[in-house]
Amino acid sequence: MARTLMKGNHAAVYGAVMAGCTAYYGYPITPASEIAEGAAEIFPKLNRTFLQAESEIAAINMVYGAAGSGRRVMTASSGPGISLKMEGLSYCAGSALPCVVVDVMRGGPGLGNIGPEQSDYNQVVKGGGHGNYRNLVLAPNSCQEMCDFTMLAFDLADRYRNPVFVLTDGVIGQMMEAVELPKPVTHIPDRSEWAVCGTPLNKNLINSIYLDLDDLERWNMALDAKYRSVKENEVRYEEYLMDDAKIAVVGYGCVSRVLRSTVEMARARGIKVGLFRPITLFPFPEKQIRAFADRGVEKVLTVELSTGQLVDDVNLSLQGTLKSDLYYRVGGNVPSALEILNRISELYGV
Amino acid sequence: MEKKTVLRKPAGFLDVYKHKPGAEKDRTHYCPGCGHGILHKLIAEAMEDLEIIDDTIIISPVGCSVFAYYYFDGGHFQVPHGRAPAVGTAVSRANPDKIVISYQGDGDLAAIGGNNILQAANRGESIAVFFVNNAIYGMTGGQMAPTTLEGQVTTTTPYGRNPATDGLPLRMAEIINQLEAPTFVARVSLHNPANIRKTRAAVRQALQNAKEHKGFQFVEVLSMCPSGWKQTPVNCLKWIEEKMLPIFPLGTLRDRSAEATPVVRPEPVLEPGKVLEKLGLTEDKSRGFARGTVAEEYSEMSIRIAGFGGQGIMSTGQILAQVAMEYGYNVSWLPSYGPEMRGGTANCSVNIQDDTIGGAEAVSPNMVIAMNRPSMEKFEKTMVEGGSLIYNSTLVEISPSRTDIKAFPVPITGLANELGDIRVQSVVGVGAYAAVTGMFRPEDIIEMLPQFFKGKNKSIIDLNASAVRAGYDYVKNNF
Repeated sequence: MARTLMKGNHAAVYGAVMAGCTAYYGYPITPASEIAEGAAEIFPKLNRTFLQAESEIAAINMVYGAAGSGRRVMTASSGPGISLKMEGLSYCAGSALPCVVVDVMRGGPGLGNIGPEQSDYNQVVKGGGHGNYRNLVLAPNSCQEMCDFTMLAFDLADRYRNPVFVLTDGVIGQMMEAVELPKPVTHIPDRSEWAVCGTPLNKNLINSIYLDLDDLERWNMALDAKYRSVKENEVRYEEYLMDDAKIAVVGYGCVSRVLRSTVEMARARGIKVGLFRPITLFPFPEKQIRAFADRGVEKVLTVELSTGQLVDDVNLSLQGTLKSDLYYRVGGNVPSALEILNRISELYGV
Repeated sequence: MEKKTVLRKPAGFLDVYKHKPGAEKDRTHYCPGCGHGILHKLIAEAMEDLEIIDDTIIISPVGCSVFAYYYFDGGHFQVPHGRAPAVGTAVSRANPDKIVISYQGDGDLAAIGGNNILQAANRGESIAVFFVNNAIYGMTGGQMAPTTLEGQVTTTTPYGRNPATDGLPLRMAEIINQLEAPTFVARVSLHNPANIRKTRAAVRQALQNAKEHKGFQFVEVLSMCPSGWKQTPVNCLKWIEEKMLPIFPLGTLRDRSAEATPVVRPEPVLEPGKVLEKLGLTEDKSRGFARGTVAEEYSEMSIRIAGFGGQGIMSTGQILAQVAMEYGYNVSWLPSYGPEMRGGTANCSVNIQDDTIGGAEAVSPNMVIAMNRPSMEKFEKTMVEGGSLIYNSTLVEISPSRTDIKAFPVPITGLANELGDIRVQSVVGVGAYAAVTGMFRPEDIIEMLPQFFKGKNKSIIDLNASAVRAGYDYVKNNF
């Protein structure tokens, strides 16, 4: 199919459409609003539901209703809106409902600003709402990946019956690139076993309440087993010139693109820097980062648009095996490739 | 409709309450004297008599009726506190041929979920809402509800509800009745047999309408809570009669059952061929322009375009990216965004290259198109040595300070004015870029104009074609 120039936010809408998402429930917020606007334009052409909810809370509960009814469903927002959705997300995970949420991160805390940040990392990657649950989290760094990962998110959501996040930032959401649209799916997994749907009505129960203490403990253990299986099977990452790297830079989303330029500038100066880019943030590529030392990496620099959220996971993965540093910019600022290279030179005397 | 179902458990209830933990799977969890059981039975009977048991989806809230799903036959959702109307909205849209019942208490519906019920009612969602008003929070142990009466003692109003600090009871049926969309709005009571009969009729009207998919039904039911009120069941009946009825008058506030039209929702399109057809994606519209010879210095472009808001800065960048894409380049376009977007100036970054594009912002561009003086002064400094600066000499009356870059003063605004429309200055800029870099042929840009100006008439397209030529020719003739 032809390549089309489009914003990352619009690419996410096409990913959802091609994945057979039949309902979008959302609330406007910069810099994610183009996702709602795109869905508002496209979904009605296919008799699919677009509804501008009265609040972020209503939107995620509509997602809960549609998912429980066996539909592929999506919502999108940014920091403050994602905070509001947390209770509903906990219910989705607690009721084992597949759904997709796109978070186009902006500056925080509080109202912050609409510039790009990555400060929703903890609230999205660690769960965020109450109870023992995790979201699967995919981190695209291009408009093509906004489309492809949104589509993939629906498959993962179905496979694990769990919320899946597409976690990106204002840069990737707002920028335009050529996107090759994928073909629409031909098959959506059957959900009649658990969903409230079908004719005659499938008399299932969508529920997350377990009054009996042992029942709830068993359910938590089942969720835990699910997340272990996710960690075993769904780790995704990308490397650039890591094979002979002495210094590994770690970053995701728009930062990983800048880091690619940093690596090229460093190599031009003869400094052996390689890029390690986690694509899944949960599951986190722990084993791959733990293996850095064995591959000859000597230093690790994590670069993020948050004051030390990603680096916690990098350090947990490294288990103290390597010197690990953090460089961050926040408030809507994105570091330049040269700025990061200068930091590398300062830190490591290269 | 008026089939009598009495003196036995209605078929709308499950035979055995299988979801209920513990040994007692044949009785409800409600307290003696509570009204929920009566209302449950009226609903279950109506489900049987209307023959909708296999088509009913019941939404259980948070509150005493959190376990409504123990008892009713049908499909079930248990949902977050107050959100039943939001969940119900999506459930009814996903299952347009089913009957969706939202069963809520007063804290759930009128306090934490107040906005959700208003908005769902206002949209006229196909949901039948049964709202149990017992003027108290039952499940959490007798705290104040939005419907708690003036002076009523609860665990959070130990001195009685004080209107000066706690407000007065909310009359939800009257509030819902202010909205245009709802079909049926009634307030009924469970405190004596005569009123239970009226409740029975209201429940059946609401469910009959729901069966016919006639939009939003709202039945407020005054109900007893001996545990929360700390009164005997018999006193509770009297308390409703004497205390609640004056504040919450009974009756049908609205009945548009006869004239309401059923909600129809067509099936979503999922078949891949139809999806592509409906979205106009069946044919490959890419042009695949052949590249000419491009000088080495222009083979990999990092471009900053900047000017006043309204000078078409964003669209200049988008056109460059679109055209380059048709020549097979990797492209990116990033708008000025976030903290940069201040003071009425605008800028965007465009990258055009064969390799994978890294950072999308043109931090050190090899091309700047400056449409006004502040933009030139700001971004000239950022350019790489040997880069090219196209600046709008109509508005920029100074020369660039850098001597290690190539400067192309082009009277972009002037050329647009000569064509009679200042709005074409962005396209003049594109033409100038094409001439400086040799990256695009002007006729290729012109071929794409109808795509950039979708829905515009031929004279606008022609005007822009002239603008491309004007920018292109100016550079060719002067440098």
